[in-house]
Amino acid sequence: MTAVTEAVAQEKRRFDFAGFIQRFGTLGIFLALVVAASIWSPSFLTKPNILNVLRQVASGAGIMAVGMLYVILTRGIDLSVGSVASLGCVLSAYFIAFSGYGVATSVALVIVSGAVCGLVTGAFVAYLRLPSFVMSLAMMAIARGLSLIISAGRPIPIGDGGDALADFGSGFFLGLPEPVILMFAVFLAGGVVLNFTRFGRIIKAIGSNEEAVRLSGIAVPRYVLAVYVISGALAAVAGIISTSRTGVGSAQVGVGAELNVIAAVVIGGASLMGGRGGVINTLLGALVMGMIANIMNLAGVPGYHQQVYMGLIIVIAMLIQYSAGSLKR
Amino acid sequence: MAELARLTAITKSFGGVRALRGVDFDLRSGETHALIGENGAGKSTLMRVLGGEMAPSSGEIRLDGERVDFRNPRAARAHGIAIIHQELALAPDLSVAENIFLGDLSRVISWGALRRRAKELIDALGFDIDPARRVSSLAVAHQQVVEIAKALSRKLKIIVFDEPTAVLSTQDAERLHAIIAKLRADGVGVIYISHRLEEVLSIADRVTVMKDGQVVGTKAASDLTIDEAIRMMVGRPIAALFPEKRPRKIGAARLEARHLRSGRLVRDVSFSVRAGEIVGLGGLVGSGRTEVARVIFGADARESGTIVVNGEEARVRTPKEAVEAGVCLVPEDRKLHGVVIDAPIRVNATMARLSAVVNGLGFLKFGLERQMVTELGASLKLKAAHIDAPVSSLSGGNQQKVVLAKWFHAGGDVIILDEPTRGVDVGAKSEIYGIVLKLAEQGKAVLIISSEHQELFGLCDRVLVMGEGELRGELAPPDYSEENLLSLAFARRTQQTEGA
Repeated sequence: MTAVTEAVAQEKRRFDFAGFIQRFGTLGIFLALVVAASIWSPSFLTKPNILNVLRQVASGAGIMAVGMLYVILTRGIDLSVGSVASLGCVLSAYFIAFSGYGVATSVALVIVSGAVCGLVTGAFVAYLRLPSFVMSLAMMAIARGLSLIISAGRPIPIGDGGDALADFGSGFFLGLPEPVILMFAVFLAGGVVLNFTRFGRIIKAIGSNEEAVRLSGIAVPRYVLAVYVISGALAAVAGIISTSRTGVGSAQVGVGAELNVIAAVVIGGASLMGGRGGVINTLLGALVMGMIANIMNLAGVPGYHQQVYMGLIIVIAMLIQYSAGSLKR
Repeated sequence: MAELARLTAITKSFGGVRALRGVDFDLRSGETHALIGENGAGKSTLMRVLGGEMAPSSGEIRLDGERVDFRNPRAARAHGIAIIHQELALAPDLSVAENIFLGDLSRVISWGALRRRAKELIDALGFDIDPARRVSSLAVAHQQVVEIAKALSRKLKIIVFDEPTAVLSTQDAERLHAIIAKLRADGVGVIYISHRLEEVLSIADRVTVMKDGQVVGTKAASDLTIDEAIRMMVGRPIAALFPEKRPRKIGAARLEARHLRSGRLVRDVSFSVRAGEIVGLGGLVGSGRTEVARVIFGADARESGTIVVNGEEARVRTPKEAVEAGVCLVPEDRKLHGVVIDAPIRVNATMARLSAVVNGLGFLKFGLERQMVTELGASLKLKAAHIDAPVSSLSGGNQQKVVLAKWFHAGGDVIILDEPTRGVDVGAKSEIYGIVLKLAEQGKAVLIISSEHQELFGLCDRVLVMGEGELRGELAPPDYSEENLLSLAFARRTQQTEGA
């Protein structure tokens, strides 16, 4: 580093507004929502309500958002997460109720099933270079169909054999619901992998410029395949959490969840063009999504109206993120 | 000659950075006014101001004596100003004809008429391109012709060429010069930005030299020599662009290509490069030079033939296998293929051998990585604010040094450089030549592809010449000349013509 050019030096002195929004925009949205909600409804900042939001996020967009972030970082998309979650939900109840494998084995099998779903999607995307949008759309239909077939369209109670799982769903650890602890653990692991390992660095680079990464002698398809496997496995975990909370496996779980998950990742500032995004902001994005739903429930907004407001709030959040992006240019 | 345009005291600041500091520039009708200077001198910014792509912070622009204030490129175009950018602005999936008339497709035009008019424009430029072809299927040289035809399809008084010949072979460059001569005869004012000084001095009437956002001087081309132009550009005398060649130890063959075949542009290519040797691969653009490099690097599929590295047959089907065998490629298109431009220098520099900076579990050792990249940067004279700065913040020459740093870090024995100094300013060019020599001195085998023949002659121990996918011959230093190189490049074609 022999010389600092004048231009760069001056650049540094200037306040980088766009960079600031990119970094802290999601935090700003999050804090603004917290303040607005606590003014609006006194019950928002109560412990039961906060735990409720966290629990909802944990079994909703939260865990899946980590997998989705990885996929989006490589410039892909995984529309199958909601369906794979329902498959995970149904399969976990099915295995526990009918197979006699026990909870631990059943859970492991379900996670593997989710990973296999991701493996199929990812193999077509990575090796045959088919568009991830279409491939994951196909997997979305297949996984939903499978969970309907397995459950015959009816909820499957996990029964007494699933007490261990139900205990996890309602249990507390360090004052937090266990699924919430699990979600934080997944985010923590996701962040460590993304920021401190070769794998994380390469998937980010692939999203920025896949060809340059390939021409650096890196086997790109393996990494692309891996992110879909991770996304599928985490979707299955989300499904298991759902089973653990309700005690039944239902094929109706996770309908439309992929959109909430994608919204969480994008509110978290990730670029759908790949290469840009972080785990902490994704967590904030998922919490924002959870809070919006919660606030509207507290405020007594009717269900159908909620969807409209949800859409509008996503638009506003996106405008904030994208104004930063366009300022950069 | 009538004055077409006069720019007075133009300044342009981006935030705190002053890209232009009071620039005066004028253009007369029917002249070629060259604009030269190192990258970042402000040439392109000045042209963007003239083309309405950027508003100046202060200063005035007069066309034919009248003050104008362009709010957007369209306003400038309406005044007859066209800019042919380095990176062409064509719609790749549309046809040639559609691209040419893209600006005024609002009227209902029959396809037949559109193509006929496009054909007329292209014919007038002396080229034969089917107007129905998709632009993406054309060679870069022909895409440029489409851009020029597009400019000619409307009123044209001023045309700016920003590094037009960087992507052209010598032959195509000459045809472009013929086009420019024709434009001048029609009274068009031509502004010509180029790093190729020889070319600039041969085609320009006047030359303006810029440095650090200011004009160093404007001179008649006939009063200027290359040495003087370089001195004005860099503000200091450059003894010679090419480092002095010291005798190197030439060892055993490191890279042997045997009967390579791939598609139309790699046809039974065999050659070898020995340790410590610098071999050039010359020929026209589109003669298969880049394709040979990509096949050896495993970036493109090989139909047949073998690649031998350090005496052992290498199974190279992907770039990964090539890198493992010790083959590196500095690709032709730096931004698309060479670097991950938004990522920091550090990330790019270690990418080809991340194993050196991770532990057994795949965790990155950041301290070690910083240290390695800092040392690499220093040894390559990389000019950057910080190794964590994104590559996009660097000049072209320094971006290229990041690509070189990547392969230094990877440590392969065979280095292939495809147009390593394209779009790189004079100072950085000379430094890159020095790096290439250093690689050879370390006992690597170096293969260089370049369209600048002087570059090949100045650096290489011998030059292989390609034409139409075949190796046409080899030149040794006593035979180095443009004529010899071109006569080899055209050899077969001439014979065929004679036979027919």
